[in-house]
Formats: sequence, structure tokens, C-alpha cells
Amino acid sequence: MIGQPYLIDVDWGDLVQAVITAVISFAVLLVSVMLMVWFERKVVSRLQNRIGPNQAGPFGLLQTLFDGTKLFFKEDLIPAEADRFVFKLAPYLALVPAFLMFTIIPVAGDFSNGHDGSVMVGGEKMFFQVIDPPVGILFFLAMSALGVYGIMLAGWSSGSKYPLIGSVRASAQVISYEAALGLALASVLLVTGTLSTNGIVQAQSGGFTSWALVTTGFVPFVIFVIAGTAELNRPPFDLVEAEQEIVGGFHTEYSSIRFALFFLAEFMNVVTMSAIFVTLFLGGPAPAWDFPWIDLPLPGALMGFIWFFGKLLIFLFMFVWFRATLPRLRYDQLMDLGWKVLIPLALGWLLVLAGIRVAQDNNIGLADTAFGDTLIILVIGLAGLAAGAGLLAAAIKNARNEASAVALPTSGIVGMED
Amino acid sequence: MSLFALIAQETPQFLPQNIAFGVIAVISVVAALKMVTTSNVVHAALYLVLVLASVAATYILLAAEFVAATQILVYIGAVMVLMLFGVMLTRAQIGAEDDLNHDQRWIGGLVAALLLAVMSYALIDHYGDDRLPETIVPQTTAEVSDEIFSTYIVPFEAISVLLLAALIGAIVVARRD
Repeated sequence: MIGQPYLIDVDWGDLVQAVITAVISFAVLLVSVMLMVWFERKVVSRLQNRIGPNQAGPFGLLQTLFDGTKLFFKEDLIPAEADRFVFKLAPYLALVPAFLMFTIIPVAGDFSNGHDGSVMVGGEKMFFQVIDPPVGILFFLAMSALGVYGIMLAGWSSGSKYPLIGSVRASAQVISYEAALGLALASVLLVTGTLSTNGIVQAQSGGFTSWALVTTGFVPFVIFVIAGTAELNRPPFDLVEAEQEIVGGFHTEYSSIRFALFFLAEFMNVVTMSAIFVTLFLGGPAPAWDFPWIDLPLPGALMGFIWFFGKLLIFLFMFVWFRATLPRLRYDQLMDLGWKVLIPLALGWLLVLAGIRVAQDNNIGLADTAFGDTLIILVIGLAGLAAGAGLLAAAIKNARNEASAVALPTSGIVGMED
Repeated sequence: MSLFALIAQETPQFLPQNIAFGVIAVISVVAALKMVTTSNVVHAALYLVLVLASVAATYILLAAEFVAATQILVYIGAVMVLMLFGVMLTRAQIGAEDDLNHDQRWIGGLVAALLLAVMSYALIDHYGDDRLPETIVPQTTAEVSDEIFSTYIVPFEAISVLLLAALIGAIVVARRD
């Protein structure tokens, strides 16, 4: 491509190949979403001492398919007060980014022993991901930012109170947690040194100890998982659709296939976000360790998929486990966690990692060896982090004291008089 | 000879880009006009999203993918979401609003025309009859960041400080204790 006129001489073979991979990955994603819905219902049932779906198909596997078919034939209602065009548009705005996010994830491929995860098909190098854009993981951030439009507009266009409250909550929540998400992701980029998802996986292909989970020091991983859960509006961050408070939140007024589309988008996001966790922190399809004692007669690409799927299952189960175990956060707790804990911690940790990176790359000369330099920088960095945390805690405490010292007016709402 | 045929004859190697640019430009202009004429605040915001998205598409056309991703991330993903959030918190009635139009539209039009004239003059003055190179090599993120953190480090830092000032200012304005 480079060196030729840009975009001229379209290679039709490439085009067909791109369309085929996109269609295949969409189908795979749909099937996995179907199974994820079943998985969630089954696991939650077991955690709550119930049985769960067990009638449709073996182990109730076909339950989702049957539910979807049923929803297809239900009456499609649009409220009289609704903004009709936006109301119809919103479910697609939720669904499309959810799928697009999945396209950058390498789902299989042989990454062991320095392979780059490609396979040769008919003399052409192919990767097990739909696209590998130069902006790489930024594409994920952009798409996850777009995802909120579906929820926001659905709530607004319903012309109803509870959906509007739900969508306002959603936008506030997503904006608050996006910063922490981005900062935790930046830590991974700092360690792996590339934006490309394929490159990120390659950088983690040296076994368990090379995973970003370990090399970034666990903290960004924890932040990313919490912020990611909040970004998905999954429990315990599901204030957006808190049943006890605002009925169904943004999708209260939706029925029939439009509701099914929201449902689909939500679970697609769960699968995609889990895949992003795996790609960023657990090395995607790269193996955790070699099996020198068994020599499986499987091609490396398939082994990659097995690794990927195994890691994916951990997070899928984690999301279900969260839902069954954790109580929902209150709104102020949600904002406190995001702004006062996650963002400062993510920012501080990023600075510490950057300091370590500088110490490794340059000869600072604090100690005799580069390792000594790194150690000193690490200690200084952690001390700085602790000092910053102390300052922040003191500032929060001070602000709280001041706020409680202000006498509250005996009647009316605070701040109404000015 | 139609404009289309003229373009095709002048620069045959850029025909796909020219077609794509035409489509994007039409979407952008129509959305921009609708944005100022619609009588619903949320619709206006959505048209603005469309304008910003078509600008991002133009960046992709110019092989500046990092800028396009940033455009989506910052303007569509953050600024517009915040704007819609504000609108929904305060007033977000469905259907047309009567009090959106007022008699200052001619001044607004005048300012817009003036802005267009100045920007057109600046662009034509600077680029004149320059053409895009025959080969456009997509710019990588690393190249962009190298430029920002070497050649343009001073403007970059100045903007950072400016944003910080805006941030602190917003907090000061917001809390009145």
C-alpha cells in the first residue's frame, strides 16, 4: 500500500476477504452473546440456589433463542410522547459500537516463541482479527465513548420521566469512569510500547510474567476492571437501570425487538469488554506457560484460541459473580469512587510507571546499575504517591468538615435563596 | 463539462477520494445548516455530532487516523455527551420549542460569513494552487507524537496550562462556599 497512490487500485480480493471476516466475526459474536445470556442466567441461578433455564434444549441452552423469537413477535410500542425517529434510532446506536469494538481483538493465533499470530491462507498473511488499525486501542476508547449515545437518546426520546433519569445517570457515570479507564489503559501502553492490539499481545507473549497484569503492577488492572464494569452499567454499577428506583431505566418504554436489541448490545458489550481485559492484561491468545511435557497435536492458532477462550471465561464468570454478590452503589458512592479514588490512583500509578520507564531507558546514575536506578525511582515514586494520597485525603476531610460547618437552612432546598 | 467529469479528468488517481469527499462534504454542510435551523435543542446537538463525525471522516480520508480517532474520542465522545447531559438536566422537551429563534440571526449570519471569508482567505493565501502529493503515506501515531513533543512542545504545554486554568475556573465558579 505504501508507495502507491492511496486508495487507488482497489484490490477486490482484499475487499471480499474483509467482508467475509467481518461477517464471520459478527456471527461468532452473536452466538457467543446468546451463550453468554444463558451462562449468566444459569450461573446466577446456581449462586441464588435456583436451577435456572432447563427446559429449552439440553441444559436450557436454547432459552435465549426462544426468548429472542418470542420478542420478535411481540407488539412494538412507541409512546405517544416519544420523539419517534430518535426512539427508533437509539437501539442501533447502542448495538453498532458494541460490535465495532470487537473487531480489533485478536481472538486466536500462535503467539508462542515469538510468532506474530499470523497464519498463511493461500499465500497471504492473515490475522485472527477483523482489523488492526494504526490507532489500535484508541479505537476501543472511541467506540466505548460512542456507546453511551444509545442509552442517552433512548432515555430522552421516550418522553417519560424514569427513562430520562436513567439516561442522565448513564451519561454522568460514563463520563466519570472514562477518565480512569483511559489512564489505566495508558499504563498498559506505556509498558507494551504500542497501540496496536496485535502488538500489545505480542509484547505479552513471553509467558505469565510478561503479562501487563504483572508488568504494570496489578493496580491498573484493578482500576480497569472496576471502570470497565461501570462503563458497561453492570452491577454493582447498574444505577442506570436500577429496578427498585426507576423501573427499567432508559429502556422502560422499549418493547419487542427494540428491547431485544438493547439486551443484545448490553451482553455484546460484556463479551467485548471481557475480551478487552484479556487482550490488555492477560496477553490475549498468548499462552501463560509452555507445556514441555505434553505435545498436543493441535495447530498453534487453535491453541491460541483455547487460551483466549479460557481467559475470557474467567471474566465472563467474574461479571456474573459481581452481579450475584455485590449490592448496588449509591449515587454519591459511585461518584466518590470514580473521582476521588480511581482517577487519582490511576494518574499517580501512571506517573510511577513512567518514572520507572525513564530509569530503565536512561542511565540516571543514582545507583551503580540500571536495576538500582529503577529501585530508587520506584521507592521515590511510591513515596510521592503516598504523599499525594495523604494530601488528597486531608483535602477531602477538610472540605467535608467545612461543608458540615455551614448551617443548613431550616426549610427549603440548600442553595435556593441565591 | 460537469464539475464531476472535470475533477475526474484533472486528478484521476484521486477519484475515489473525490467521490468520498463529496459525499462527506454534503452530509457535513446539510447537517450544519439543519443544526442552526432546527427548533429542538437535542436535535441540534445530534446534527452537531453528525458535523463532527464527518470532519473525522475527512481526517481518515487524508490518512490522519490518529487525529480522526481523537476527534471522535474528544468531541463526539466527551464534549457532545457533556452538552447533551447539560441539556437533559435543564430543559429537554420533546418536540419544537418556540423560543429558540430570536432576531439576532442576521448578526449571526454576518459573523459566520466573515469567519468563512477570513478562513478562506487564509487557506487560499497559504496553499494557493498546491496539490496533494501523489502518494499519501498514512501517518503513524508515533510520528504525530514525535512532532507534538519536539516541534510543537511550547503550544502543547500552553494549551495544557490553559485547559488546567479552565478546569480550576470551572470548579471555582461551581462551588460557592
